[in-house]
Amino acid sequence: MSAVEAISETSPADEVLVSVENLKVHFPVHKGVIRRQVGTIKAVDGVSFDIKRRETLGLVGESGCGKTTTGRAILRLYRVTDGRIVIDGQDITALEGEALRRTRPHMQMVFQDPQACLNPRMTVGSIVAEPIDEHGIVKGREKQDRVEELLSAVGLDPRFANRYPHEFSGGQRQRIGIARALALNPEFIVCDEPIAALDVSIQAQVVNLLEDLQDKFGLTYLFISHDLSMVRHIADRVAVMYLGKVVELASRADLYENPQHPYSKALLSAVPIPNPATEAERKPIILQGDLPSPANPPKGCNFCTRCPIATELCQREEPEWRETQPGQFVACHHA
Amino acid sequence: MDQVVSAGGSILDVQDLKTVFGTRDGNIHAVNGLSFHLRKGELLGIVGESGSGKSVTMMSLLRLLPSPPAEIVAGQVMFEGQDLLKLSTKELREVRGGQIGFIFQDPMTSLNPVFTVGFQLMEPLRKHLGLSKAEARQRAVELLELVGLPSPEDRLKDFPHQFSGGMRQRVMIAIALACDPKVLIADEPTTALDVTIQAQILDLVKKLRHELGMAMVWITHDLGVVAGIADRVIVMYGGLIVEQAPVSELYERPQHPYTRALLETLPSLDEEREDRLKSIAGQPPSLGAEPTACPFAPRCRHAFDRCWNENPPLRRVDDPGDEALIHEVACWWDAAEGEARVGG
Repeated sequence: MSAVEAISETSPADEVLVSVENLKVHFPVHKGVIRRQVGTIKAVDGVSFDIKRRETLGLVGESGCGKTTTGRAILRLYRVTDGRIVIDGQDITALEGEALRRTRPHMQMVFQDPQACLNPRMTVGSIVAEPIDEHGIVKGREKQDRVEELLSAVGLDPRFANRYPHEFSGGQRQRIGIARALALNPEFIVCDEPIAALDVSIQAQVVNLLEDLQDKFGLTYLFISHDLSMVRHIADRVAVMYLGKVVELASRADLYENPQHPYSKALLSAVPIPNPATEAERKPIILQGDLPSPANPPKGCNFCTRCPIATELCQREEPEWRETQPGQFVACHHA
Repeated sequence: MDQVVSAGGSILDVQDLKTVFGTRDGNIHAVNGLSFHLRKGELLGIVGESGSGKSVTMMSLLRLLPSPPAEIVAGQVMFEGQDLLKLSTKELREVRGGQIGFIFQDPMTSLNPVFTVGFQLMEPLRKHLGLSKAEARQRAVELLELVGLPSPEDRLKDFPHQFSGGMRQRVMIAIALACDPKVLIADEPTTALDVTIQAQILDLVKKLRHELGMAMVWITHDLGVVAGIADRVIVMYGGLIVEQAPVSELYERPQHPYTRALLETLPSLDEEREDRLKSIAGQPPSLGAEPTACPFAPRCRHAFDRCWNENPPLRRVDDPGDEALIHEVACWWDAAEGEARVGG
């Protein structure tokens, strides 16, 4: 742990830890008896962003927009179709086998469903110890100490190490998942909807924990979520995804106060506010129709089929990714 | 529980409802003596976390829970002068989907995958209203038009998997509306949907309420959604009502520590960002026995001796007399004074 901390202490504040360039992940669609390939699902189709050290980048979008695939592809849980992923100066895009395994301790993931991501037949202690065993860092008494240390760090009683996942509530299970992700002193953690399966009163506990751990261990997060108000709380910068592409990327303040892409505007306006007086006045931008299929995205701008301000140009030409003001990037002809 | 509310003007009147689940590890007391009413034409929001008993309550009203394990051990549900809990299965079937419509949470699993949408939509029309096949078909097309489904004629012969999530929920709403129900119960109807699709459905529901003027119960855990559509809100915790009030009253003057904490934990979309989210410590109660103390006491920052020994009944906190503005809370602590209540 001290080694990791020492490095990050000395590095400049805005050093880029994770760099993603033109990332593409396409899945083939097979059909028929001979499983002929009949098409491709363009789950992620040209995504670029940087994440600075100790920063939280929020990745928002609706289901099916490719945000989870992006998160998993960055950790190389999927084969990348095209593009480049650099983490801490190392290009991991094409790494395979042992070389890839060696990079794993630096990057970890917290999964969405705390029920499904813990092996019900393993004790909590062995779940948290598994990455330590896998990478052979410490053994015996030292390992046990480490597990206890991790459980305390996430706010669980170390005496629970011999219990099984079913004995815990949803929020506690998510803490176990976080402890496991921390086991190898990672620098970068992808949090894939870590609070979506939790109750409102428990969500705040887990988000506070993630923030505390970030301060304590100098972590860098990619926080994937569809909950825009929670992302506003936790993220420093936010990327909005639609149909496999990032349509807008800006600092938290810019995105929430001055969204430029019509999709970001619609998304923000659609969030109900827990205040009847504001709600009565609120005029949500109601998008027509549904998300098009990523197997057959529309020509031109991806959003043109639902966009309230789309013109003929949008149906013809794909908008360029440009900086409209310092730090705010938008892909729209009309922004 | 002294209910000050008169039954006048209410279409559904629930008294002292208790539902218990028998499991191998003992009984789970999911609903513990709930009383509430639904007025004609109003939209009643029911808010609570998972396990607070909100869905079980609504399923109990129409006896939709499998028994065993679920058993409704006490209570009365008055609808149109009859007690729904005492009806025969056949009589109950007339009410379900006929006079009371139900929209379920998950549009993926609540439509039958092996029948066409048209068949599922026409079934209640033919059973309840006795329409002929051609009449039912025409009405089905009208209903799909009403809920904003494009080219409804062609889509009648499609199967549920050919629809997107939002469209399936529209179909569910159309089925629930098919027989012109007097009451529509919606159990987390937008929870499984994305925000932009949720906005479409909320917009639709607001419109339909205007046009059809039915009473609705809307179950949700989302305080934002309730703020936008409900007339009156019930907050549930541990199988009990802990607070109920008209919507603006509840958000402006929340009384119960749970309601107050719940409103505080939500990060805001437009106000100043706080450094740390306020959270409610602890876990929801396990409901292994009937409550003898306040179920929220272990997590409450105001709890004192009495909260651990006596379960507080609902009591009015507003000016008595004004029937339209009843604000009730079940708590021994007085939010207005910031101290323990004096007397009962």
